[in-house]
Formats: sequence, structure tokens, C-alpha cells
Amino acid sequence: MTMDAILRIEQVSRIFPSVSKRPPVRALEPTDLTIARNDFITILGPSGCGKSTLLRIVAGLDTPTNGRVVLDGRAITGPGPDRGMVFQSYTLFPWLNVADNIAFGLRERGVSEAIIRETVAEYVAKVGLRGFENHLPKQLSGGMQQRTAIARALANNPEILLLDEPFGALDNQTRGLMQELLLGIWERERKTVIFVTHDIEEAIFMASRVIVMTARPGRIKADIAVDLPHPRHYTVKTSPEFSALKARLTEEIRAEAVLAAEAH
Amino acid sequence: MALFRPLEPVSQRARIVLGIAFFIVFFAVWAVATLGGYVSKTFLADPITMVKDGWILLTKFGFAHDIGMTVWRVLGGFVLAAIIGVPIGILMGAYKPIEAFLEPFVSFARYLPASAFVPLLILWAGIGETQKLLVIFIGSFFQIILMVAVSVSNTRRDLVEAAYTLGSTSAGVVRRVLIPANAPDIAEILRLVLGWAWTYVIVAELIGSSSGIGHMIIESQALLATGQIIFGIIVIGVIGLISDLFFKFVNRHFFAWRLS
Ligand SMILES: Nc1ncnc2c1ncn2[C@@H]1O[C@H](COP(=O)(O)OP(=O)(O)OP(=O)(O)O)[C@@H](O)[C@H]1O
Ligand SMILES: [Mg+2]
Repeated sequence: MTMDAILRIEQVSRIFPSVSKRPPVRALEPTDLTIARNDFITILGPSGCGKSTLLRIVAGLDTPTNGRVVLDGRAITGPGPDRGMVFQSYTLFPWLNVADNIAFGLRERGVSEAIIRETVAEYVAKVGLRGFENHLPKQLSGGMQQRTAIARALANNPEILLLDEPFGALDNQTRGLMQELLLGIWERERKTVIFVTHDIEEAIFMASRVIVMTARPGRIKADIAVDLPHPRHYTVKTSPEFSALKARLTEEIRAEAVLAAEAH
Repeated sequence: MALFRPLEPVSQRARIVLGIAFFIVFFAVWAVATLGGYVSKTFLADPITMVKDGWILLTKFGFAHDIGMTVWRVLGGFVLAAIIGVPIGILMGAYKPIEAFLEPFVSFARYLPASAFVPLLILWAGIGETQKLLVIFIGSFFQIILMVAVSVSNTRRDLVEAAYTLGSTSAGVVRRVLIPANAPDIAEILRLVLGWAWTYVIVAELIGSSSGIGHMIIESQALLATGQIIFGIIVIGVIGLISDLFFKFVNRHFFAWRLS
């Protein structure tokens, strides 16, 4: 099978060195993964399996103990605007309003104010935050903060968008709406996306490919294509194909969750 | 009962009324103790004598000039220390090699009591203005550096990481994350250190000076004029209160994002 690969993860492993007599932590076993351009990948695994570690290595915020990550033929050595990131915790700059948060990356690159204004307006509209441009992060709900964070990452026009359980702290209804919003943006723009989650439905609903990881030390256990047609409507979650995938992934992940629980 | 639930806020009006109420209680207790004859006049003047003495100081002895001199010295030494100290503190908090280089010395220098330098500084710089400014500078400078550095070191790491993934350079992180994130804390540090600077200036003026509030206080002691001494001390308190209000105003206007 040939594909237009944008990102190659080659034998990447991460061992956190021991601190104060505790044994070193093997967070990630040597892992290989190739990601095709314009794909929406979800990484699914139990808590503590190294999902964040893998994503942070791709973002350049952490360095692998072994192996390397190659983006468009260049090995990654540190963080950069070509890989946008949305974190699990709320990381909007609390002193900047919504518009200035979204403009942050553009200002860092010295884009002209006219273009910044245009781009900010465009992404404010895309994430449905019109009328909130002048609000401070503390005046926003969790869902609105994460929408702003997604807009902030996308406004920078990254090659690849990394999301680390961005909707983990949201209630079920809001989470469903956010999934639709993000999927809608992807269906229109076809950015390459890596989305980490431990929610099986979330993983299937948005993905073109689900990567299942094992309990610690993390390793890729399964790589499952999701062929549900686009554009996907939330009703797809009740279709037989969706249920079949869900049953299969539930089996895969359950075994890991049991292992993870036993290890503690 | 509801008034006394922990962390329960009070209204702005109640806050002002309560704040003033304490001053009234304070003056009442003082008036009863002195005017009622419970405390000898030689040791503690009553409020009325204090106000009279203050008026005489201001109208006959040019005390306004002394106040002006003291304020000028405090602000001069403090502003100088802040202008040099804040940037060094930020660099020290941001860049660990700079921290490793400077931190041990600054920590040591911080414990050198500024007042103990007064005799030495008189030898070096005489009893002119330079010496007064230097006392305040020494007392404030190292404190500012160290406290600012600690504040900057404790910046939320995830905000710094977010900035890197948005394309910030390390200079960009300092300028657009570390400085704005810590600006409210830096303002608070300056407010604290300014309070300490007031104690240094009085010590400097007590020892070798021909003007200033501290100079007036030491002269008044020779004359057993406790009313004047207390007036001087109260003037210092009032100036401190005003500078506090100024910092609160700055916080409210520039750092609204931090207020809950
Ligand atoms: N800086 C660190 N130092 C030491 N151990 C770490 C560090 N970061 C992560 N770990 C360990 O590595 C393992 C994987 O962590 P990671 O955060 O990648 O898990 P995760 O899959 O993202 O979990 P979750 O779903 O709970 O976010 C965990 O056991 C964690 O304790
Ligand atoms: Mg995680």
C-alpha cells in the first residue's frame, strides 16, 4: 500500500529516568507509526499508557529516549508552529482575550495586522464564538475555552494538528457538539489530525484510523481503519457498522484496562 | 451569622465602613488612655496635642519640605532598584544558567541588613543624598531580584509549552508569556518592597541627616516632643496607605484578568 506520508514515528521509545531510588518508568515501548496526509487519526488507550508522552514527542515538547519523528522528511528537534497543539488542560493565555489568543501565533510570526484581523474573524466564526472576541478566558465555559484553543492552533495554519484529550473535562452533551464541530472543520479543510482520547465512541466517530495502545508500557496493539462515510452526522453513532466497531474496540481496550488496573 | 462564614465576601460599602471603624476605635482608645490620664504625657502625647504639634511643624518649621525630601529619597532609591532589579529578576527566573550564576550571591546579599550599611555608606558617600539613596537601593535591589526570579520560575509550564507550539522563540516566550503572566505578581512584589524601603529611609535619616521625617523624629526626641514624633509616624503611615491605594488601582486597571 502506498500513501502520501506526512509523519513517520520511527522506533520511538521513552523511558523516564529514575528519581529518588524509584525505578525508571518505561512509558513508551519502541513504536512505529506512519501517518498519511489529511488523515484523522485517533489514539485510544487506557489511562497512563503513554498517549500524552507520544503526542508530546511529536510536538517536540519531549525528547524520545530512542528513535525519531520525521515530519515531511525533516527530523523533529523541538516544538514549532508546523505542529499545532491543543492540550488537555486549559492553556489559553489568561491575560489575552479570545481574539488576541487566536492571534498569538500570527503575531509571533510578524503577520500584518490587517491579515491577523481577517484570520481571527474567520476562525472565530468557524468555532462559533462570534460576539465573544473581547471576552477573557475566565469569562468562558470549558467548551468555549477549548474551541478558542482549537481556533488558536488552526489560525497558525499548522501542517498537522495534535489534540490531547481536548474534550476530556467536558460534559457529555458539550463533548458531542465539540466532536461534530471539530469533525466538520476537518471535513472541510482536511488537515492532518492526531487526536488522543480514552473514549471509544469519540475515537470511532471522528477517525479515519484508530490506533489502540496497550497498557503501560505503551505499545501499539491494533490499527483499525474506520470506513464510515463522510460527512458524518451524529446519528452514525447508532448505525450497525458503528456498533460493530465499538464492540471490537471495547474488547481490545477492555483487556488493556484490566491489565492496567491489575498493575496498580 | 451569615456574615461570619469563612471566605464569604462583604459588600464594598461594608468594607469601607469597617475599615474606617477601626481607625475610630484606635483613636478613641488612644484618646481615653492619654486624656483620661492613664498614660503620662511625657511618654505619649494625646491626639489633640499631636494634631497641634503637627500643625506647628507644618506651618512654622517647614515640615512639608522634610516630607518631600523623605518621599523623594524613598522613590529615588526604590525606582532605581526596580528599574535595574526587575529585568535582572526576570532574566534570572527565565534562564537557568543566569540563575545558577547569580542566585547564590543574591541570596547572600539579601540577608545583609540595609540599616547596618548606614555607617559604612556614610564613610563612603558622606551624609548627602547619595548615601540615602544607596541605603534604600541596597535594601530593595536584592529583594526585588530574588522575589521576581521566584515568581517567573513558577510560571505555568503549560502556557510556555503552548507558546512554543504556536511558534514562539525563547525571546518571544520571555516577552509575551513570562512578563505578562507575572506582571501582577511583580506589581505585588514592588508594593511589598516599597513598604520595606520606608523603614530603611527612616533609619538612614535617624543616623546622619539634616532633613527628612526621620531627622525631625530624632530632633523631637531630644525635645521630648512625643506629639511631633507621633505626627511624623502617622504621616509615614498615611503616605504608605496612599501608595497602597495606588498599587491597588494599578492592579484593578491593568490586571483585571487576574481578579476573580
Ligand atoms: N515527566 C515524567 N516523569 C516520570 N514519569 C512520567 C512523566 N510523564 C509521564 N510519566 C509516566 O509515563 C506514563 C505515561 O504517561 P502519559 O501521560 O503519557 O499517559 P497517558 O496515556 O497520557 O494517560 P492519561 O490518559 O491519564 O492522560 C505514566 O505512567 C506516567 O506516570
Ligand atoms: Mg494524557
